[in-house]
Amino acid sequence: MNLRPSALRQWLGAWAAYLKAGDLLVLALALVACGLSVVTLWQGGRPDRAVIKSGGRVFAEVDLTVPRILEVPGPLGATRIEIQPGRARVAADPGPRQYCVRQGWLSRAGAVAICAPNQVSLALSGGNADYDSLNY
Amino acid sequence: MTPSTTEIILRPSAEDHRVARHAAAAIVLTVAEAAIPLPLPGVKPGLANIIVLVVLARWGWREAVWVALLRVLVSSLLLGQFLAPGFFLSLAGSVASLAVLGLAMHLPGRAFGPVSQSVLAAFAHIGGQLVVARAWLVPHDGVFYLVPVFALAATLFGLVNGLMAARLLQETSSPTAQQAGV
Repeated sequence: MNLRPSALRQWLGAWAAYLKAGDLLVLALALVACGLSVVTLWQGGRPDRAVIKSGGRVFAEVDLTVPRILEVPGPLGATRIEIQPGRARVAADPGPRQYCVRQGWLSRAGAVAICAPNQVSLALSGGNADYDSLNY
Repeated sequence: MTPSTTEIILRPSAEDHRVARHAAAAIVLTVAEAAIPLPLPGVKPGLANIIVLVVLARWGWREAVWVALLRVLVSSLLLGQFLAPGFFLSLAGSVASLAVLGLAMHLPGRAFGPVSQSVLAAFAHIGGQLVVARAWLVPHDGVFYLVPVFALAATLFGLVNGLMAARLLQETSSPTAQQAGV
């Protein structure tokens, strides 16, 4: 087999001659099954709610559908949490090390950002959240 | 010399010879395929199924079952996998795909060729393996996360194996090839 386009087309055509109408139907159904399995099985990590806690108590539970900004009070001041469709982040925090701010956008179910000095946490929850640790 | 009274004489029939010959070809393909490095356990071309498809089309379902199951048993012995988890996965996949082939062979032959049978059998194969894997080896729904990969592999390798089986069937349907006993 050489790789000139015409020869390649001829080679593919020779193999395609073995396909019957029903075979094409079966192949199409198989590809649909592949697509469906991707859609249904690879969407597990999508979050639908954000749970915001302050001082260990739930401060707010919001849907991740409408963009909004929340000011959460804590011992050091206000932590600003930004919500956007499908994701959320700690936009600003009065804590000294800024770990929760530097985590950036959270977009998977089960993801958590904790601003320990100000006792504020932001967690995303979803239909079936990923595990944050597993052992066997 | 007088014939021994305890001697057991096996008289293999023509069918036995045929099953042995086809099973040997399938085993060779399995062992050769085991040398190919693969990114994921469970994703294999399954070239031995070409032989099973040819036997199914030419000699019927019973012989295809013999060839497929002998292939699973002997190749697991050769590869040191006998009674290991991989053996049971392989066996479950083969049993499921043979069951589906038993049904698929009754599809109207004018519209459905070996490619249809091959793709359907490949899906049955991953189905059977997943049932065993989920029920016994990885008792967690996490195994289903790999289903899209397996389904795509089943479609691709089902198509390729089916095409090769179709071509083999066509090329060996000439009278000279029949005489050679292919």
